[in-house]
Amino acid sequence: MTTRDTQLAEQLSATTLLRFATAGSVDDGKSTLVGRLLHDSKSVLTDQLEAVEAASLSRGQDTPDLALLTDGLRAEREQGITIDVAYRYFATARRRFILADTPGHVQYTRNMVTGASTAELAVVLVDARNGVVEQTRRHAAVAALLRVPHVVLAVNKMDLVDYAEPVFAAIAEEFTAYAASLGVPEITAIPISALAGDNVVEPSANMDWYGGPTVLEHLETVPVSHDLTGCHARLPVQYVIRPQTAEYPDYRGYAGQIAAGTFRVGEQVTVLPSGRTSKIAGIDLLGQAVDIAWTPQSVTLLLEDDIDVSRGDLIVPSGDAPATTQDIDATVCHVADRPLTVGQRVLLKHTTRTVKAIVKEIPSRLTLDDLSQHPDPGQLVANDIGRVKVRTAEPLALDSYADSRRTGSFLLIDPADGTTLAAGMAGESFATAEAVRPADDEEGWDF
Amino acid sequence: MTTAATVHEAADNSEGSSPYALSHLDALESEAVHIFREVAGEFERPVILFSGGKDSIVMLHLALKAFAPAPVPFTLLHVDTGHNFPEVIEYRDRTVAEHGLRLHVASVQEYIDAGKLRERPDGTRNPLQTVPLTEAIQQHRFDAVFGGGRRDEEKARAKERVFSLRDEFSQWDPRRQRPELWQLYNGRHAPGEHVRVFPLSNWTELDVWQYIDREKIELPDIYFAHEREVFKRSGMWLTAGEWGGPKDSESVETRLIRYRTVGDMSCTGAVDSDATTLDAVIAEIAASRLTERGATRADDKMSEAAMEDRKREGYF
Repeated sequence: MTTRDTQLAEQLSATTLLRFATAGSVDDGKSTLVGRLLHDSKSVLTDQLEAVEAASLSRGQDTPDLALLTDGLRAEREQGITIDVAYRYFATARRRFILADTPGHVQYTRNMVTGASTAELAVVLVDARNGVVEQTRRHAAVAALLRVPHVVLAVNKMDLVDYAEPVFAAIAEEFTAYAASLGVPEITAIPISALAGDNVVEPSANMDWYGGPTVLEHLETVPVSHDLTGCHARLPVQYVIRPQTAEYPDYRGYAGQIAAGTFRVGEQVTVLPSGRTSKIAGIDLLGQAVDIAWTPQSVTLLLEDDIDVSRGDLIVPSGDAPATTQDIDATVCHVADRPLTVGQRVLLKHTTRTVKAIVKEIPSRLTLDDLSQHPDPGQLVANDIGRVKVRTAEPLALDSYADSRRTGSFLLIDPADGTTLAAGMAGESFATAEAVRPADDEEGWDF
Repeated sequence: MTTAATVHEAADNSEGSSPYALSHLDALESEAVHIFREVAGEFERPVILFSGGKDSIVMLHLALKAFAPAPVPFTLLHVDTGHNFPEVIEYRDRTVAEHGLRLHVASVQEYIDAGKLRERPDGTRNPLQTVPLTEAIQQHRFDAVFGGGRRDEEKARAKERVFSLRDEFSQWDPRRQRPELWQLYNGRHAPGEHVRVFPLSNWTELDVWQYIDREKIELPDIYFAHEREVFKRSGMWLTAGEWGGPKDSESVETRLIRYRTVGDMSCTGAVDSDATTLDAVIAEIAASRLTERGATRADDKMSEAAMEDRKREGYF
């Protein structure tokens, strides 16, 4: 077998999936890093590379521009910029990867929020010559807001600072202190040169002072499954399965993807918002009966009692039910081009439930650069992040986003045409808000 | 490490130590089932595009699992170019009958016969599918249309959402896509508009094959190596047939081949292969240096933005 055959045989045995997102401004070399990851992990196939080479040539470039691998749209290639989030797929012997490749251009916030919402890890790129800049703080703040479990700081262009350890150490220390103060649970800093290939896939011979993993090694080994025993179990009901056939005349199953925690047969459960209780009589895991199921499995729950349950309800353990409320305090990222204003009537989609709602207050708008707040902005425009108070027409069983990314998140939707207006996260914004209050901010901020 | 970069060492880096780890196939399956159920819960008239190709076969399999033991609450739609592999049509009809499903067929041939579409000089009918597809969606008032498209297939597809809103002309506007956040899919649409839904968005070709293997899903025979009369055009082995090949300058030979994709015979190329089993097919794909579409699709090579342009017009 050739090396490649061996490598590919190994890829077939890779069993887990890591979703991660990249963040970096236009000149930090993000496209080069992504191109390097794909290229050096042998995930770019001959015809794709040939297409890139041909396109690069026709643009008068003499070396293949790896950024063309990721710029999929006509307008992106014409303007040489990335407009929208794209998803990339690659695999190594250890793991499969889904990369949300988020553009660092003007619309950075909503794009990064989009990419980070499903990511278990975010790579924040910094140019070693510039160090931690406003943009870096924005990326760290978005990762913290979205509660991405792992953050990697990739200090890029180390080749342009003579691979000097003190340069890296200073940037890593500043970033780590900042991100940790925002409550980012795990931060790993890696000195790299995406252009030269140092510490991206292969360890660098130019930085023997660095003893940590390469970017790819870290992606391969970071834990993706967490201990679920302490999580609040949640099943949003998506669909009621009632065959009403001769074979299954009485089957009534509540289908959904477990949003958090674990469910067991025999467990006492409560259905929200009605508050009715029953016991789990059986769990079907896509046609197979099981005793226990956990997030993110798609399952069907069968209950002992024939109680009223429909799409939009939430099934929870009876001893661990969230409070239901019609008044939601949340942080939102505004993702639409039209503004969000106080008094606006919207739809709120939370798990499988969509209800009417009204924006009662916008107490503050956050400036990501320095985390300062602007009180009563009146409205939020595209890419703004702010606190909102929303009143819903019906009670919702909402968790804090800090407890569950899945049952603490929601969308605000324009009822007129269905436009997604804002991405919402219920409860506190940052894990340790008081620690990041700027010294000159006399009021502090009540996030 | 030499710096204080790592704030918390992960308690345990070893994989598989958690009893709650899901394999990548289980994770992809669960996500796809969630998408099917969302559509069933939110839309009035969904339809699954079903061609008898492996991606649509996997889609149907997932839909069957998602609603078991109840039947799939969707009908099927096939846009028939008229240049199909007979084995695939046979598979399509047998599968529809086996599961008691309802199949709508939109026929490119009928459009050509009625003078509503004109045959292209190159004989390729793939681009001609857009009009019959769009009109079938309007005629049946489908509001959600499942497609088997994967983001790994093509760079324009890499940009598309799982829920992709289309206007009354089925057009895709990549600059006006809704951000897709968490697993909260926004399927709201105005009358006349519909949503294209891609439950296999996050699957790769290899994932599809490994899943077919794991679930023991039957496929049309043309996916496995067999001897067939083919001729070479634009570097690809095409099957001779009534659709217009070979030309006088092209010579037919018998080769051991198989198909990586199935589609219109005029533009779907075969690859040389001796893979007669699923294991052999998976090993072959893992070692291939060509993407699925690069190896087998003539129509994607028409221009750098061929797929994007066709998608804008309403194609999948």
